[in-house]
Amino acid sequence: MRALPVGDRALLIELGSGEEAEALHAELLRHRAAGSLPAVREIVPAARTVLLDGLDDPEAFAERLAGWEIPPLTPGVRDAIEIPVRYDGPDLAEVAALWGVPRDEVGRIHSAAEFRVAFCGFAPGFGYLTGLAERYAVPRRATPRTAVPAGAVALAGPYTGVYPRSSPGGWRLIGSTDAVLWDHERVPAALLAPGARVRFVPVVAEAL
Amino acid sequence: MTDRAFAVVRAGALTSVQDRGRSGHAHLGVPRSGALDRPASGLANRLVGNPPDAAVLETTLNGCAVRPRCAATVAVTGAPCAVTVDGRPAAWGAPVRVAAGAVLELGPAVRGVRSYLAFAGGVAAEPVLGSRSTDLLSGLGPAPLTDGAVLPLGGVTGLPVYADALPLQGPPGELVLRMGPGPRADWFTGRALHTLATATYRVSSASNRIGLRTEGPALERAVHAELPSEGMVLGAVQVPPDGRPVVFLADHPTTGGYPVIGVVREPDLAAAAQAAPGTPVRFVPAGRR
Repeated sequence: MRALPVGDRALLIELGSGEEAEALHAELLRHRAAGSLPAVREIVPAARTVLLDGLDDPEAFAERLAGWEIPPLTPGVRDAIEIPVRYDGPDLAEVAALWGVPRDEVGRIHSAAEFRVAFCGFAPGFGYLTGLAERYAVPRRATPRTAVPAGAVALAGPYTGVYPRSSPGGWRLIGSTDAVLWDHERVPAALLAPGARVRFVPVVAEAL
Repeated sequence: MTDRAFAVVRAGALTSVQDRGRSGHAHLGVPRSGALDRPASGLANRLVGNPPDAAVLETTLNGCAVRPRCAATVAVTGAPCAVTVDGRPAAWGAPVRVAAGAVLELGPAVRGVRSYLAFAGGVAAEPVLGSRSTDLLSGLGPAPLTDGAVLPLGGVTGLPVYADALPLQGPPGELVLRMGPGPRADWFTGRALHTLATATYRVSSASNRIGLRTEGPALERAVHAELPSEGMVLGAVQVPPDGRPVVFLADHPTTGGYPVIGVVREPDLAAAAQAAPGTPVRFVPAGRR
């Protein structure tokens, strides 16, 4: 664990892996709930780091943090969020080719995995989900699409994501969902928050 | 024409509703947003007797024109500009009474970029996650103003303040940005760090509420690996592959994958919001405070 200064009011804690970053994030949230974390404006987990922004004394906190024992992530006790998905994305054949499996296998492999929201970003409600085995990592498209529809279920690198609203994007689209990822009139607004467990449940598009 | 609202007569290049922004949601991908020149928007609110978190209009370069449907006290601050009511000159930087149905116009910025228009009672757009700010990156909050749009005004809670002296910083002839440590400074060569601290950059016309883009010598990387996405702060000086530093402003993405070489101190960002394209920029490493 390494604490990097970010200006005068923030710290970027760098860890050895995504799991360690998630474990530290969980520990920070436990400390905040227990009232034993200094006042902080934002706690932002990411791929291998956790950012703490709005600290009064980042150096003092970095020293305290060095003495922490971070328990490893325990299997979630909360139920997984289930996202119904139609495996009908335009990049399904490409992904099947990259994985070296028949096209129909992509949905089966994807829906068999248990995902966790490693971090959010890109757009409100967009979660970077980990859980697919390393061998299923896929590169981004060489040319991003100018418009990816809301609800597109997509892959890039080791991550799965669902586009909360229509936006440009370079991820590989394997499916679509009617789940509402972001609704600012709902509490909580984001369906997916860091640490949440997620499963994709295949549904068949209704026959007309 | 007596309801508490105003109609947009001329929206201008980009006029948006802004308050002090929404914090505490960065982990969900929600930027902070809020007025780019906070001291100027705060002053506009003070002049009309609003609390500091009331929502104001932020214009970009060429002002805007509005027609309040009720008599309203307003104040214009930020980038200096001509202020008129039904074509007659009115004060900038002071409370102005506008009759119901009169057209209040903010002309193009004489210097600087962004002017702030406060109405007594504040712009009462629907709050999203506790803020009425327009967030251009993620599309939260009210849409940028369009001609003919009508926006509600809140109830007046305070009295206008007529000040003899205004604590206002003029738009910068040269933008000097004091910079604290960046988490990825070691991803750049010593020469790049020296260049950043000594060279003069210029504000690029591609700048917006998301970032102040610059033109100047490219900063050379020492580490060429791909950076896994990490959390980003306001004022972060991010260096994309073209090597030209970008200073993150209020609508910046909450995570990003380009290394951050330094972090501009928050008090210096108000001047960054007012630096017009072409303005010389110097980055001054300031060490830890």
